Amino acid sequence: MDMLINPTVVELSRLQFALTALYHFLFVPLTLGLTFILATMETVYVVTGKQIYKEMTQFWGKLFAINFALGVATGLTMEFEFGTNWSMYSHFVGDIFGTPLAIEGLMAFFMESTFVGVMFFGWDRMSPKAHLVVTYLVALGSNLSALWILIANGFMQDPQGGTFDPNTMRMQFTSFVGLIFNPDAQAKFVHTSIAGFVTGSMFVMAVSAYYLLTKKRRDIALRSFRLAAIFGVISTVGVITLGDALGYLVAHTQPTKLAAMEAIWETDPNPVSAPWNLIALPNREAQKNDFELGIPYVLTPLLTHSMDTIIPGIKNLEQDAKPRIENGIKAMIALKAYNADHNDTAALATFKQYEKDMGYGFLAKEFAPDQDLAKVDASNLPSVLDKTAKATIPNVWVEFWAFRLMVAAGFFMLVLFAFAAYYSLKNEIEKHPLFLKIALWSVPLPWIACEFGWITAENGRQPWTVYGWLPTFVSASSHSVSYMIFSLIGFVLLYSTFIAAELYLMFKYARLGPQESHHHGEEPAAGGGMAGKPAFAKSSMNRS
Amino acid sequence: MDAYVFLKVLWWLLLGVLLMGLAIMVGMDMGVGALMRFVGKTDGERREALNIVGPHWDGNQVWFILGGGAIFAAFPSLYATSFSVFYIVMILLLFSMIMRPVAFEYRSKVPTEKWRATWDWVFLISGALPMIIYGAAIGNILEGVGFHFGWDGQYYQTESFIWYLLNPFAILSGVLALSMAIYQGSAMLMIRGVDPIYSRAKKIGSVAGVLSAILFVVGGIWISAKTGYVLHDADPSMPANISAAQNVTREAGAWLNNYHSAPILWLVPLIGILAMLAGSFAMRAQKAGLAWWLGAISWISILGTVGISMFPFLMPSSDNPAQSITVWNGTGSQYNLIWMTIFTAIFVPTILAYTTWCFNVMRGKVKAPAASDDHAY
Ligand code: HDD
Ligand code: HEM
Ligand code: HEM
Repeated sequence: MDMLINPTVVELSRLQFALTALYHFLFVPLTLGLTFILATMETVYVVTGKQIYKEMTQFWGKLFAINFALGVATGLTMEFEFGTNWSMYSHFVGDIFGTPLAIEGLMAFFMESTFVGVMFFGWDRMSPKAHLVVTYLVALGSNLSALWILIANGFMQDPQGGTFDPNTMRMQFTSFVGLIFNPDAQAKFVHTSIAGFVTGSMFVMAVSAYYLLTKKRRDIALRSFRLAAIFGVISTVGVITLGDALGYLVAHTQPTKLAAMEAIWETDPNPVSAPWNLIALPNREAQKNDFELGIPYVLTPLLTHSMDTIIPGIKNLEQDAKPRIENGIKAMIALKAYNADHNDTAALATFKQYEKDMGYGFLAKEFAPDQDLAKVDASNLPSVLDKTAKATIPNVWVEFWAFRLMVAAGFFMLVLFAFAAYYSLKNEIEKHPLFLKIALWSVPLPWIACEFGWITAENGRQPWTVYGWLPTFVSASSHSVSYMIFSLIGFVLLYSTFIAAELYLMFKYARLGPQESHHHGEEPAAGGGMAGKPAFAKSSMNRS
Repeated sequence: MDAYVFLKVLWWLLLGVLLMGLAIMVGMDMGVGALMRFVGKTDGERREALNIVGPHWDGNQVWFILGGGAIFAAFPSLYATSFSVFYIVMILLLFSMIMRPVAFEYRSKVPTEKWRATWDWVFLISGALPMIIYGAAIGNILEGVGFHFGWDGQYYQTESFIWYLLNPFAILSGVLALSMAIYQGSAMLMIRGVDPIYSRAKKIGSVAGVLSAILFVVGGIWISAKTGYVLHDADPSMPANISAAQNVTREAGAWLNNYHSAPILWLVPLIGILAMLAGSFAMRAQKAGLAWWLGAISWISILGTVGISMFPFLMPSSDNPAQSITVWNGTGSQYNLIWMTIFTAIFVPTILAYTTWCFNVMRGKVKAPAASDDHAY
C-alpha cells in the first residue's frame, strides 16, 4: 500500500521551504536590531528629556512598522510549513522540535506582539517611563523569539536532548537541559541576534547618510548616524567573534559541512602547514578544485584553534560513511521486523546494536531498489553504498562560496563602521560626501551576509534534516507534484506583491524623512502614534 | 490514574482551550475584517473599524500561532497529518492569513482611493475565508479523513482535494464559524465604535447570533445521523505510536455515544444555543460588553460540544480506522508533556495579565482618523 517517495516532490518542497525561509529572514534581522536601537534612542529621551530623541524614536519606529508587518506575515508561513510540507519530519522529531516552537509562542511572540500595539499607539496614554518599558519588552520579545527558534534549529544541526524510541517510532525528548544548552544553539543565537544588530545599524546609518547628503534634518541625521556607527562597530566585532566560534563548533559536530565550506577534498596529513583556500573552484565530478588559491599555515589554527588536529577531506569522509551505511541498513531491517512483532526480542537486540547508524540506513533508502532496504543484496550493495556515501556530502560549490560571501561582507562592514565611527566622533562626517555615498550604497550588505549565512548553515547540513538521524529525502510530505506547483506559484505571486508594496512604502517614507512628518503636528512633544503624528492621537484615540 | 494518562487528558483539554482562545480572539478580528466594507461606507468609517482592533490584532493572532506550536509539540502526529492532508485548503488558509498583517500595516499609508479599496477587499477575504476554513476543517474531521501510515511512520494520503471543499457538512460548519466570527466582531465594533458603525454592527451582529444558533442546531441533528467512530479496548497508557493498530469500528450515530453515557453533557450544547440567542438580545438591548462575553461562551460550548462527541478521537482515519489519531496514541512523550505543562502554567497567566493591562490602556471609544492622517491604521 505504501507509495514510493517522489524525488521531484522532495525537491519542490525544499525549494519552497528555502524560498519562504530566506524571505522570512529578509525582515527578521531588521526587527531584531532596530527594536534595540529604538529602545536606546528612547532611553536617551527619557533620561535627558530631549524632545529630539523622542522624534528620532518615532521616525525610525515608523520604518520599523513597515518592516515588522512582513516579518509577522512571513513567519506565519514558517509555522505552518513543517506540518504542510514536512509531515514525516514533524512526526519524527515533533516531540522535541515542537517544544521550543511552542515555548517561543508562549514566551516571545505573545510578548512582542501584544506590546507592539501599545508601543505604536500608546504614547500619550502612559508616562514616558512606562512607554520605555514597553519598548524594551518589544525588543526583548523579538530576541527571545530568535533564541527559541535557534534552539530548535540547533537540534537539527546537532541533535542533543533526545533519542530514537523503537516503541513510538520517533525521536523522544529526554533532556531539556541538553536541548537548550546545546553549544551549537547557543552560539547560533548570539551570532544571529548580533547579526540583527549589525543589520539595524547599517540600515539607520545608510538612511542617515542619505539625509546628510541631501541636507535633510541634520539634527536627527547626525545623531542617528553616530549612534548607528558606534552600535555597528561593536556588533560587527561581535558577529565575527561568534562566527569564528560557530566555525569551531562545526569542525567538531559536522565534519562534512566543514570540509565543504573549505573545499577540502584530500586529508592533509600535515595539519600545521595545511593551506586555507581563499578562492577555489570546486568540481564535484572530479572530486578536486579546478583552481585554488590557498594560504598555508592558516587552516588548522583558524578552524580548530589548535596546531595538530587533522581535518578530514571529503574523499575520506565518504569512505568513513560506508561501514555506517551497512550497519544502518541492518538496523532498519531489524526495526521493521520488531515493528511487525513486538515480541521479537532478537530483532530488537540487532536494532540496538546498530541503532546509532540507523540514520545512514534511512539515507540508503533513496538508493535501494524500489526504495526497499530488504531488496539490498550482495549484488547491488556496492553500488548502494557508493551512491549513499556520495550523498553524505553537501553541495561543495554552494557551501564554499556562500560562506565566503558572508565573511567578506562581515569584514567589509567592520571597516566601514570603523571609519564611520571615527569621522562621526571627530564631527567631520559631512566633509566626506564620498564616504557617505559608500555608506548609503552598502545598505544591502547585512542582508547578503544573513542570507548567505543561512545558506551556509542549511545547505551544509544536507543530506539531513536532523543531522545523522533523518534524511531530507524521507522528511517531506507525500503530495502530488501539482499541489506543490500550486503552492509555489501562490507564494511567488503573493511574496512578490508584498515586497513591491514594502519597498514602495519604505522608499516613500525614508525619502520623506522625519521633517515632513512633524510639520503638520501642533507641537512635536505631544506625540501621536509611533510615527510622531500628534493629530491622530488627539482626535481619534482619546478615551471616552 | 497513571501520570501519563493524566497528562494526555490534560493536554486534550488544553488543546480545547487553545482552539477556543483562537476562535474567540482571532475570530473577532476576522469578523471585523470581514465586516469592514459593510459597516464602514466612507474611508473614515472604515478606518475607525480598523483602529478598533488596531492595537490588539497582532497580539490576538498569536493565539493562532501558539495553536500551531502547541499542537506540534503536544500532538506531533496530529500536526504532521492534519496540516498535510488538508494541503490545498491549509495553503489557502495561510495565504489569506498572511495578507492580513500586511493589509493592516499598509492600507492607510497611501491616501489614494484605489490603493485603499484594494486592501479593503483583502480584509474581506482574509477575514471571511480563514473562518470558513477553520469551521470546515472541524466539520471534515467529524467525517473522517483519508490518510494512513507506513510501518516507519511515513504518512500517505488518499483523498482528493475537491472532496474536502464540496462536502455539505463541512460547508455548514464553515458558515457557522463565519457567522460566529461576525457576531463576535460586531460585539467588539459596538464596544469601541460610535455611530453609524455602532448601529450597523448591532443590526448585523444580532442577526448573526440567531443564525449561528440555527446552524448549530441543524448541525447537531445532522451529526446524530452520521457515521461516527468507536474505539474498543482502549489502552490509554499506550506508547504514542500511530502506526500501531487500534481496534476501531465505524457506526452510525456513534458521535452521540458519549452524550448517551453521560446525559449531563447535553448541557454543553444547550448552554451554547441559549448564549447565542441571549447574545442577540443583548446586542439589541445595547449591552455590547455582555454580548461579547455571551459570544465567548457560545464558542466555548460549540468547540466543547465537538470535543465531547469525538473523545478520545482527534482525527479519525476513514482510510484505515485502526490508525486513527486519538488522545492515547497521538500525544508527545510523558517527559515532553511535563515540560510543556510547566511552561504553560507559568506563561499563560502572565500572558493573560499583560494582555488585560494592554486592553485596559487602550480602552475607550475610537473615532475616525482625519483623512490625511497616514499614521493610524
Ligand atoms: C527551525 C528550523 C529551521 C530554521 C530556523 C530555518 N530552517 Fe532552513 N531548513 C529547515 C529548517 C529550518 C528544514 C525544514 O529542515 C529544511 C527543509 C529541507 C531541509 O533539508 O531542511 C531547511 C532548508 C533550508 C534551505 C535549503 C537547503 C537545501 O535543501 O539545500 C535553505 C536555503 C534554508 N533552509 C535557509 C534557511 C533560512 C534563511 C532560515 C532563516 C530563517 C532558515 N533556513 C531557518
Ligand atoms: C523556520 C523557522 C521559523 C518559524 C516557524 C518562525 C515563526 C514565526 C512566526 C509565526 C512569526 C510571527 C509572529 C507574530 O505574529 O508576532 C515570526 C516572526 C518573527 N520571527 Fe520567525 N520563524 C522562523 C524563523 C526565524 C528565525 C531563524 C528568526 C531569528 C533568528 C526569527 C525571528 C523572528 C522575529 C524577530 C519575528 C518578528 C515578528 C514577531 O516576533 O512577532 N524567525 N516568526
Ligand atoms: C566574518 C565573520 C563571520 C564568520 C566567521 C561567520 C561564521 C558563520 C558560520 C560558520 C555559520 C554557519 C553556522 C552553522 O552552519 O551552523 C554562520 C551562519 C550565519 N551567519 Fe555568519 N559569520 C560571519 C559574519 C556574519 C555576518 C556579518 C552576518 C550578518 C550580518 C552573519 C549572519 C549569519 C547568519 C544569519 C547565519 C545563520 C544562522 C547561524 O547559523 O547562526 N554572519 N556564520
